[in-house]
Amino acid sequence: MDFELTPDQESLQEGMRAFLDGRVPLDTVREIETAGRLDRERWRELGETGVFSLTLAESDGGLGLGISEAALVFEELGRALVPGPLVATLLAAPWVDGAATGDTIVGLYEPAEPVSVVEHQPDLDALLVLAGDGVRRLDPAALSTTSVRRPVDALTPVWVVDGPVPDGELVADPAAAARARLEGIVLTSALQLGLALRATELATAYAKEREQFGRVIGSFQAVKHLCADMLVRAEVARAAVYAAAVALDGRSDDDPVRAAAVAKTMAGDAAIANGKSGIQVHGGIGYTWEVDAQRFWKRACVLDTHFGNSDEHAEAVAAML
Amino acid sequence: MDLRYTADEQRFRAELRTWLADVLPSLGPEPDREDWDARRAWDTGWQRMLSDAGYAGINWPKEFGGRGATPTEHLIFIEESERARAPYVGMNFVGLLHAGPTLIAEASPEQKAFHLPGILNGDHVWCQGFSEPNAGSDLASLRTRAVRDGDDYVINGQKIWTSYGHVADYCEMLVRTDTEAPKHRGISWVIVPMDTPGIDIRPLLTMEGTAEFCEVFFDDVRIPVVNRVGDENDGWRVAMVTLSFERGTAFVSDVLESMELVRDLAELAKHITSNGATRWEDAGLRRELGRIAAEFDALWALTKRNISQAQRTGLVGVGGNVFKIAWSDLRQHLGDIAMRLLDRASLSLDDVADLPTGRHVHARFYALSMTIAAGTSQVNRNIVAERVLGLPKER
Repeated sequence: MDFELTPDQESLQEGMRAFLDGRVPLDTVREIETAGRLDRERWRELGETGVFSLTLAESDGGLGLGISEAALVFEELGRALVPGPLVATLLAAPWVDGAATGDTIVGLYEPAEPVSVVEHQPDLDALLVLAGDGVRRLDPAALSTTSVRRPVDALTPVWVVDGPVPDGELVADPAAAARARLEGIVLTSALQLGLALRATELATAYAKEREQFGRVIGSFQAVKHLCADMLVRAEVARAAVYAAAVALDGRSDDDPVRAAAVAKTMAGDAAIANGKSGIQVHGGIGYTWEVDAQRFWKRACVLDTHFGNSDEHAEAVAAML
Repeated sequence: MDLRYTADEQRFRAELRTWLADVLPSLGPEPDREDWDARRAWDTGWQRMLSDAGYAGINWPKEFGGRGATPTEHLIFIEESERARAPYVGMNFVGLLHAGPTLIAEASPEQKAFHLPGILNGDHVWCQGFSEPNAGSDLASLRTRAVRDGDDYVINGQKIWTSYGHVADYCEMLVRTDTEAPKHRGISWVIVPMDTPGIDIRPLLTMEGTAEFCEVFFDDVRIPVVNRVGDENDGWRVAMVTLSFERGTAFVSDVLESMELVRDLAELAKHITSNGATRWEDAGLRRELGRIAAEFDALWALTKRNISQAQRTGLVGVGGNVFKIAWSDLRQHLGDIAMRLLDRASLSLDDVADLPTGRHVHARFYALSMTIAAGTSQVNRNIVAERVLGLPKER
């Protein structure tokens, strides 16, 4: 047993972080937010680095890596707050032309109550549905929707589905859909882990420089403990996410279904709680548009709704007790 | 990242499992918790069996009589012991996991030769005299004095939270040997035989009404200076050395026990009814228990991360503090849920109406100590914030 990262995994993650620090820093993320549309050039760059072809078989032009490696990369994408349907586009790589290379942007449609939504609709080239009878591919333009004027996360604009959803084309069997769903859960958890980690970093950095009462606020135990709890939540989530990824890769005796549910519960809760604490540590300025702390909380709220929220996954774990 | 066990690790597990199945029946039933003589005989008897089979001091280096097992093998050892419901360290806790490792690192050859075999084979039970009524989280402010008198130290003062004090043979103890020096620099680490005249041991009733701990009073207690381990006034460093022996395995049995408590509670919920429905049909309770189960699964994974890190680097790092904060809070949360689930059956520390509820009420009590013992959660949060996140000290 060795749960530490291999040297290859370490360099993969470090390489991804360096790339994102250089090409998609938070300044760029804010520019994308202002533009209101995804940046296709950046998306293609992500494709070129292999983000969407990580788990695609080498015979199909992919990197042939495991979910463990993909999770490490997606943790970085979450850390960097990269917007867009990252998970759906990776999952679509075997079935949608151009998804693997980043030439097309693929979204995910998950029917929900009380409303179903499509994210990034005008930017999408295809929509994936993980249905009971298999994986289906839809034309996003064929969906009748109404735009939401003020989306919670300005980086994740949403459209409410207001008409019948076409069946689309069946591209893979139910087993493939179930597997894609598991991978989607774990990779979304990895994004959430990244959010939780970066929120901790930003809050800690601010606590070290902001002065009140003649000293940096990070020297007060009340603030210090908020930051410590953020780290604890993120590290516990990290263990859960990595364990789930390893289980999906068959490098563990754990049940992948349970491990995935555990990961989504822990990472989802950690991302939301750390997003909240991140704003709290920043104080008043944390409630402003200018500061990034709020963006991490907003994204955490969005990702919690993907592939089942943490309540649903907690219930799934309970059912396995 | 690979959570599968190697062929060697699997072989170690299989041999251990076979051995446990062979010998456990001869150990006899666990004695009553209040029968201290019987408990000592049971715990030390088990230690003797481990010793005879080569499993004693699982993580101790071979040259000092241990097994020299890797952190992962240590994990497997605890996992299999739990699975077989074998005792783990019991009252040999201090000797095996604290005093012993300290002696290995810091004691003279004579001290090692005399004390280590007795710890390994169960002959000697150790206790710990560190905390004092006025030295808890701020341990280094301890005031129990040891004054040099010829070849002896004369000790006066009081220790508290001494588990097994009234059945132990030796006490690893921190005493103040210099009252003028800064508080960390005037402490010495000494071995005190518990039958030395002048030691008064009084049971300390916990909120459970039982005496798991003792208060120990020292009135002109004379011990030879050769019982000091390490240099005079260097005892703080000696005591801290033990921490470097931790390989992420400190809480393995606790996580496993916690996971079992959750499963057991879920089982109970499926049988207890309220207003005609089982408690398990209460979605709120089910979800809360599911969340707790998820978090224990995550903590089990974190344990493996800590152990893997220790296996690679020899140190757990801060993962231990992170783990302790999360685990102790979670145990408190689990305790709250258990009490609510059991409703009025939670009002007894013993099983009631043929329901196996006593262990959950006991666990709820015990959880209240978990966020305090071995570093309060508040002190641990300071440590995480200052040592990992680099936030400045308060003063």
